[in-house]
Amino acid sequence: MSAVGQPLRIDPSARRVPPLGGINPTLVGIEVRRMLRNRRTVIFALVFPVAMYFIFAGQSYGGQKVGSGNVAAYILVNMALYGAALTAASIGSMVAMERAQGWSRQLRLTPLNPAAYILVKSLVALLMGGFVIALVNVIAASQGRAQMPTPVWVECGVVTVVCTLTFASLGVFIGYVVPGENAMQILGPGLAALSFLGGVFIPLTQYSEAMRQIAYWTPMYGVSEVARSPLTHELPWYAVANAVAWFALFVLGAAWRMSKDTARV
Amino acid sequence: MLGAVIDTRTVAGLSDTGVRRAAAVALRGVTKDFGAVQAVRGIDLEIAPGEIVAFLGPNGAGKTSTIDLVLGLSQPTTGSVEVLGMHPRAAVARGLVSAVMQTGGLLKDLTVRETAQYMASLFAASGGVDDALDRAGISGIADRKVVKCSGGEQQRLRLALALLPDPALLLLDEPTTGMDVEGRRDFWRAIREDAEQGRTVLFATHYLEEADQYADRIVLVRKGLVVADGSGAEIKALASGRTVRATWPQADTSALEPIGGVDSVEVRGDSVLVHTSDSDAVARWLLTNTAARDLEINARGIEEAFLSLTGADEGDQS
Repeated sequence: MSAVGQPLRIDPSARRVPPLGGINPTLVGIEVRRMLRNRRTVIFALVFPVAMYFIFAGQSYGGQKVGSGNVAAYILVNMALYGAALTAASIGSMVAMERAQGWSRQLRLTPLNPAAYILVKSLVALLMGGFVIALVNVIAASQGRAQMPTPVWVECGVVTVVCTLTFASLGVFIGYVVPGENAMQILGPGLAALSFLGGVFIPLTQYSEAMRQIAYWTPMYGVSEVARSPLTHELPWYAVANAVAWFALFVLGAAWRMSKDTARV
Repeated sequence: MLGAVIDTRTVAGLSDTGVRRAAAVALRGVTKDFGAVQAVRGIDLEIAPGEIVAFLGPNGAGKTSTIDLVLGLSQPTTGSVEVLGMHPRAAVARGLVSAVMQTGGLLKDLTVRETAQYMASLFAASGGVDDALDRAGISGIADRKVVKCSGGEQQRLRLALALLPDPALLLLDEPTTGMDVEGRRDFWRAIREDAEQGRTVLFATHYLEEADQYADRIVLVRKGLVVADGSGAEIKALASGRTVRATWPQADTSALEPIGGVDSVEVRGDSVLVHTSDSDAVARWLLTNTAARDLEINARGIEEAFLSLTGADEGDQS
């Protein structure tokens, strides 16, 4: 029978709590690997923006001057933003799915702090967003059509990475509102529609005045103006307001849905 | 309710060095309400290090609620919960307590090994991933995607995950639900082998047979209260007695207590129900020393007795 009364092999006082609430490289590595294995996300987040870039940047207007670069560079920043936003949204939507599957309950049996879990997801969204942006940029650069000074390339890339957090929050929010694996079916076309509306796929100057007035209020408009600002040297105050407001709104929405959901964990 | 709650166990043992060792689990006056529902209605329970204890009761008896409290997944409404002398969450953060839960999910898109690596990375120190898979008997399917694993294999993966931090206390909530006979046997073999190293195990079950076969001690719960606590043999003895029923107005039930074998006495209006392992002695005493009449003596089957002990037939909800 069992060892009642035997000296315990395990000494509780020798045990330690992991640093950083449990965040570690192995964890981030596995999360990144999961994303790369998700074929649908990779295709939509990489192949689609790259293809769009080649179609539009190859047009005659691609060489026209914009700010400190050309139109092809302008399109490049837009496509990288779209790819990174889609990746981040898909990572965000996984939070709700993992919760519904009971994985977060499993994680509650470990030292991993719930806040650390969200931090890891944000980190993965930033990493994957950065990866997509870098890849779209490298492919476009090797084609040679896009032109802007190197510091502007880097600046645009970094600003775009930060902007992806907006869509990570949107993903968490939508993931809770639309449970299960349907979230991405809404986020995919939804982000494409928002990109058209916000002037990411087609410049707003091509739209009618009425459409433009609507576009100024949509979530892609603000971040895309911010992401392109190192190139265009233009950043209207209402674009910044738009970017900040939508980020705050999505974070609050995600936090609100998550707090409603604590009973399940 | 049973009169004889058997508890001969030491509350906290002394280790080699003579230092007082904390109980693996200590629940003191614990209650847990969910709105108007009282899931746990006052449980006092001490489990010494190294014990294998079954938490036996029907669905809705408060087993899962109690396990959630021991894991710090929920807070008691009143009373205190300590695991190895510390707050449950502190014990979880140190990898001292882990669990195989009824509802714990797994990520479908990871492999068995990746799942274990993921979990292992979260602890300050953990035994090897391969060792845990080996002990749970799933090293052979380490590279299989979780989604392709059978229910029994997934359950053993959950066991491997629970063993990763080398916990001092292992909680199992209805761990063999949905397993076939062979899977069940393999699972318990792994648990027993593991427990021989001195791990404390507390498992919830609603099978008397499972509790009797694998536990050193059975804690019987009913409607959020402990109704009996003892070895498998003692619990079975409680459950295997007879009931003597008599009409006895103004019954003096305290007079029954000195009679050997009496487990419980219940008064229902003019009737008295005495549950006892020695029905002859009770009947003789009632007829010769009291005004009791209309005696009935009923034997109960063990399952029936267990059901009556745990009150499973009284419309519990989970």
